[in-house]
Amino acid sequence: MQAVPTFKPAEPIWRVRLQLFWRGLKSSWAMFAESKIGLTGLGIIIFFAFFGFVLWPIYPWLMEHIAWTPEELEAARNAPYGAISSIYQVYDPVVGYDPLIPGIENPSPPSRRHPLGTNQFGRDILAQLMASTSSEFMLGVLAAVITVVIGTFIGAITAYYGGFVDTFFMRLADVFILFPLVSFLIVLGSMIELTLIKLAFVLGILYGFGQITVILKSQALAVKVKPYIEAAKVAGGGHFHVIFRHIIPNLLPLSFLYMMFNVTGAIFSEAALSFFGLLPGIKVSWGIMIDSAHSGGYILGGRSFQNWWLWMPPGVAITLLCSAFYLVGRGLDEVVNPRLRKR
Amino acid sequence: MITRIWQTLTSGMSKYIIVRLLQIILVLYLYMTLVFIILEAQPGDITDIYTANPKITPEAKEAIKEQLGLDKPIYERYFNYLRNFVTGHLGCSFKWGNISPTPDPVCREQRPTWDLIKERLPRTVVLFLTYTIVSFYIGFFMGKLIAWRRGAVIEYLSTVVGVTLFTVFTPWFALLLVWLFAVNFGVVPIGGFINPDSWTNIRQVGSVDCSIGISCSNVVFNHLLLWLGGLTLFWGIVYLWSRRLPYAWQKRAVRWGAVALGLVLAGFFFGGGWPGEVDRVTLARDTKFQFFIWHFEFPAGTIPLFPLALDFVQHMALPILTLTLISFAGTMLLMRNTMLETMREDYVMAAKAKGLPDEVVRDKHAARNALLPVVTSLIFAIAFSVDGGVFTETIFSWPGMGQLLLLSALEQDYPVAIGALVFTGIFALIAHLVADILYAFLDPRIRYD
Repeated sequence: MQAVPTFKPAEPIWRVRLQLFWRGLKSSWAMFAESKIGLTGLGIIIFFAFFGFVLWPIYPWLMEHIAWTPEELEAARNAPYGAISSIYQVYDPVVGYDPLIPGIENPSPPSRRHPLGTNQFGRDILAQLMASTSSEFMLGVLAAVITVVIGTFIGAITAYYGGFVDTFFMRLADVFILFPLVSFLIVLGSMIELTLIKLAFVLGILYGFGQITVILKSQALAVKVKPYIEAAKVAGGGHFHVIFRHIIPNLLPLSFLYMMFNVTGAIFSEAALSFFGLLPGIKVSWGIMIDSAHSGGYILGGRSFQNWWLWMPPGVAITLLCSAFYLVGRGLDEVVNPRLRKR
Repeated sequence: MITRIWQTLTSGMSKYIIVRLLQIILVLYLYMTLVFIILEAQPGDITDIYTANPKITPEAKEAIKEQLGLDKPIYERYFNYLRNFVTGHLGCSFKWGNISPTPDPVCREQRPTWDLIKERLPRTVVLFLTYTIVSFYIGFFMGKLIAWRRGAVIEYLSTVVGVTLFTVFTPWFALLLVWLFAVNFGVVPIGGFINPDSWTNIRQVGSVDCSIGISCSNVVFNHLLLWLGGLTLFWGIVYLWSRRLPYAWQKRAVRWGAVALGLVLAGFFFGGGWPGEVDRVTLARDTKFQFFIWHFEFPAGTIPLFPLALDFVQHMALPILTLTLISFAGTMLLMRNTMLETMREDYVMAAKAKGLPDEVVRDKHAARNALLPVVTSLIFAIAFSVDGGVFTETIFSWPGMGQLLLLSALEQDYPVAIGALVFTGIFALIAHLVADILYAFLDPRIRYD
């Protein structure tokens, strides 16, 4: 008589999934950590996130306790013209001013109370830089998420159904690839008031139907012919089930990669539009900081390097944040794209 | 006869070009429809800007709407919109006054939009064409070199510089370059298109009397554009044709001969040696000219064309330098990547094993095959760079399409803004088509799909 095999009670399915997910994440991280450029980019992004979301809310409080002496605070509270009632009035990015610095001395160079100086209107540069970091971040990520959601979904259904749907969306993608986006946003910005959210949606939609759809569709075509899709169909899976449970999860790594490149594009567009004064709904932004330095004559005037704190920080910040997302994209490229891995 | 023409048309290259042409026309139609839909989706209409103006009564608003055709149903407006683009009636500018001596029959003292676009499109084309060719060549060359010398200091250095230039904030970078070269060193003009001091004394270019002033620059600029385009086309055709020649020395002789011939002809034209009087300029009085740091003076009378052409060149130098610096990095990084992949291929190994010189393996075997993805990316980058011209043209006050678009958008000159937007798209589409056809020449596989 044969021994009856004893079965252990099966692990719950969610725990197995979680373990698989964790294992996949760990191996991906190991591959990602190998590339120096990806880690550098991630470091810069974390720095900016800390800068904009952690440091910015506590910045006035911090300055009050570190940089301001009690005598200075007292003097600022009793200043003959423009006395302040709270420290937040000094570090407001849009209307802030320091009552201890006479108007004629603005733009004032970096000092104890203003680590990056003030601009010609007396606003603290570091406060402006921090305030716009958080909004640029949100805009970039929101636009990229919308792009990727649209691109993944359209890419999956065009590959799955083919035929008319495919032709229609591919021709539409041709239009969006060649779409003069910035010119269009300029014309649109002159007609309606674009806020941060509206801009993110417009950018997300215009990017989403473009190149990313074509790239994700070609990936989805490769997924579509895999045996497990056939198996899912044979097991009775409907179109909806196959697309959402089997095709889209396999597109996600590539989608995530292209999300990184789209963040760069969104941040760049916002900065450029606000530089030309086409986003009246946005009061503080890196682009506006550069514009106010330029229109005040501090860039093309002969004394640019004496006034470096006016134009250097915003330009360097845009370049650094854009290149950080680009570098993370390049690092992820090596994880997602096996051809590029070191052999 | 007809069957032969049909066979030529439906085979290989011609078929590919015709199919692409039809697709481009379809895409153009979709693009124009899309612009119309998105603009129609905006709340309100043009009369809303008069809401706060008590002098414009509701009756006057209705009259404006009727005049602009805004009271018609949407499908009728859509067909009008499409028809106007095909026939070139793009409406009248709100802000620009007419400058020609004879008033326009439709727009009277206002300037027609089509007139503005016709004047500005060539300027954008010249800027765009020059920098695309220069930056593509530099990017290709640098990418090839740094991939071949992998691991050298130059590779890391150029990768860092490349990523920085690729992601730098364009207007900011352009301003810094203006400060460095125009304000600090003073070697180039700060911006603009011509040096007005030198152009005010010109009475006649060839047989064209341009005493109004502004159209003089257009006449000379069109000469420059024709020569630039003509020489590029001539050299391209000679290059393609000379590939059939059997010996290397024959190819070299034909190519260098064509270069010399083109330069000598251009020299005759701009130097004033052309038969007829097309290239003579009449000056009313003594005029000073400037070319970078050199100053020279011409007496009143007829002079050759070259000082005027050089005036354009010195104004184009800084925008082209900026655009090249910004855009060559992308080509370079991509070329490096594809070159690294190609260098692992068997045929490169075989070429090395045959004992071919290093440069031959690099240039003829590896780089030639690594070129294809780079050209594909160029096709995608075209729309982006036409679009990005808005920033550069505005910073350098180069009066092209991009500047026109931004200025008219800021001044709410909607007919011009929409016309410029659609023509920017058309320009991008045509550039895309040209790049596509070039690509089909490079890669025979895609012709026979």
